[in-house]
Amino acid sequence: MQITISYMAVLQQVIFIVLLAGVSWLVYRRANLIRRTILIGKNEDRTDEPGKRLATMLRVAFGQKKMFDRPLIGFLHFAVYIGFILINIEVLEIVLDGILGTHRIFAPTLGGFYLYLIGFFEILAFGVLTACVIFLIRRSGVKVERFQPERHREMNGWPQLDGKIILVFEIVLMLAILTMNAADSVLQEMGNPHYAQTGSFVISQFFKPLFTGWNENTLVIYERFAWWLHIAGIFAFAVYLTYSKHLHIVLAFPNTYYSRLSPKGKMNNMPEITSEVKVMLGLENQNTESVVPERFGAKDVMDLSWKNLMDAYSCTECGRCTEACPANITGKKLSPRKIMMDTRDRLEDVGRNMQANGGEFVPDNKALIGDYILEEEILACTTCNACVQECPVLINPLDIILQLRRYKVMDEAQAPGSWNMMFQNLDTNQAPWKFSPADRFNWAEGVK
Amino acid sequence: MDQEVYKVPTMAEMAASNETPEVLFWVGCAGSFDDRYKRVTVAFVKILNKAKVKFAVLGTEESCTGDPARRAGNEFTFQMLAMSNIQVLDMYGVKKIVTACPHCFNTLKNEYPELGGNYEVLHHSEYLQQLIDEGRVRPENGETFKGKKVTFHDSCYLGRANDIYEAPRHVLEALDADLTEMKRSKVKGLCCGAGGGQMFKEPEKGRKDINIERIEEALATGADTIAVACPFCMIMMTDGLKNKEKEDSVKIFDIAELVAQANGL
Repeated sequence: MQITISYMAVLQQVIFIVLLAGVSWLVYRRANLIRRTILIGKNEDRTDEPGKRLATMLRVAFGQKKMFDRPLIGFLHFAVYIGFILINIEVLEIVLDGILGTHRIFAPTLGGFYLYLIGFFEILAFGVLTACVIFLIRRSGVKVERFQPERHREMNGWPQLDGKIILVFEIVLMLAILTMNAADSVLQEMGNPHYAQTGSFVISQFFKPLFTGWNENTLVIYERFAWWLHIAGIFAFAVYLTYSKHLHIVLAFPNTYYSRLSPKGKMNNMPEITSEVKVMLGLENQNTESVVPERFGAKDVMDLSWKNLMDAYSCTECGRCTEACPANITGKKLSPRKIMMDTRDRLEDVGRNMQANGGEFVPDNKALIGDYILEEEILACTTCNACVQECPVLINPLDIILQLRRYKVMDEAQAPGSWNMMFQNLDTNQAPWKFSPADRFNWAEGVK
Repeated sequence: MDQEVYKVPTMAEMAASNETPEVLFWVGCAGSFDDRYKRVTVAFVKILNKAKVKFAVLGTEESCTGDPARRAGNEFTFQMLAMSNIQVLDMYGVKKIVTACPHCFNTLKNEYPELGGNYEVLHHSEYLQQLIDEGRVRPENGETFKGKKVTFHDSCYLGRANDIYEAPRHVLEALDADLTEMKRSKVKGLCCGAGGGQMFKEPEKGRKDINIERIEEALATGADTIAVACPFCMIMMTDGLKNKEKEDSVKIFDIAELVAQANGL
């Protein structure tokens, strides 16, 4: 009997180590692919003013400042966030136990403090559980407008399901850890020598009645089952999140750090055009070495900057941008969230393409504008910056829209007729309307 | 009543008499050509005269800043206009600019430096606030706004684009107006629908026009005056008001016009 148990224990250890190594490899491979697809974007320096950047990251990502614009949701989200970060400390113990075949390896060293530590984690776990249940009800029952696929076509299918899967995942993980602790406490009370005496924990003690009448063996099996469910769930979640909108839990930090520091109204300059304009105005001589860019603006993801692409992976599809977008509010096709989701979808396709072709992207006759984002969408933007203002992780959908417009207008010379009229007026009259420049000062007659 | 004589000196005149103005008033295309906004230009010029500000305008030497071209995606036209404006501004040695148009303001302030044009740029809401704070302008001899319900519509290019929310409100408060906020204001302010080149084309297909959505919100405050600080917002909101057939009971004014009215100008 004794031999069987230790054999079982060693087998568990082996399975655990194989699982851990496998998951680490999968996550590493995925992270590497994401990194490589972000880096197919154009270079853009976002390393200036590190102090200011760090402060932004601490305030917005670490401190979740923008989430608290809506205090109740902000608080619930904070509960999930803080729970997630701190419960990971407990995962360290679980991983060590798994590798070494120990049980609650920190309990002897930490002594009486261990009870409080696990108790603290249980309170956090309960917070996560409560918040996720509320979020799931909000998503499914209460009908929050910005999550409804009937109203927002980008939420159809997978995105809507993804949002719910994540919440169910977290609920299952929290229930696993709480019932595991409860079963553990019952086993302690039975005097099972394997279960070190720590005493009952603050939340899971209320789950103990679930196990009344269970015999020791069944309890051990359940405790092991819950332990495995919890850790295997975490492993599965780690892999899953790299494919999911949930990637924001990692990328929110770098994404806020590298966010724009300039005023929102400022558009990025195109220096490649400046030299040409200078030549046209006779301010500079034709520089024979000046390189004509192969493309003006952005047609596809590789024409965007790496930060635009990181933005796309950081989007958690909450839809606050779209909810604030004047074009979307009034029923236009534009949805800033869809701009970000389309950019990511394109990136995922490019990533798969790269994987299938030995790391190199092979052109597939598709482009971000046209195949993913429609011209009608980018034309509807008023550049009001409401989407940029709303994003809790400082994503800038407007920057992408404007680069796509530059491509349509300058590279394809496809602008609405009335815009072409406006351009023509600007070129000939230096005003967007058809007025003679000589009449520009006529208003002064009204001053008398 | 003695007729005040208002002056509108141009930079060329100033340069000819070897004078340097305190500030250049950048009028902008709407301020120069749009019949409604020309009245705002005139009101602001009267205030500058009253406050004895030594200012000048470029007159026919001014061109569009290029903002609508840039937002619509036409960087060539933008840079052509920007470069020639910078040439003119630098030729006159301009250091400080005030403008009543948030789009001109944003472009001059944030986008000209990269093209070599560096100036101190103020929006007229900031400038009016300064004049009021310095006591150079105070509401007197004019219409009283005490107890009048006024709502302020934030311009995107002033608000979110440049984080200016308080200056126009301070100006309105200085008039003793009863400032009522719309449901969406300041950082949450809803666009009038004109930015990003929309002013110059038909909107895309949708359920509703943006300016209608916004005017409904403004009317819901019960204010009888809607204050704006942007020529595009002025046009869009006025159209919205006409659509709602409320032009008789509700008026739309630029903050400069309200200050001028309070001063009997």
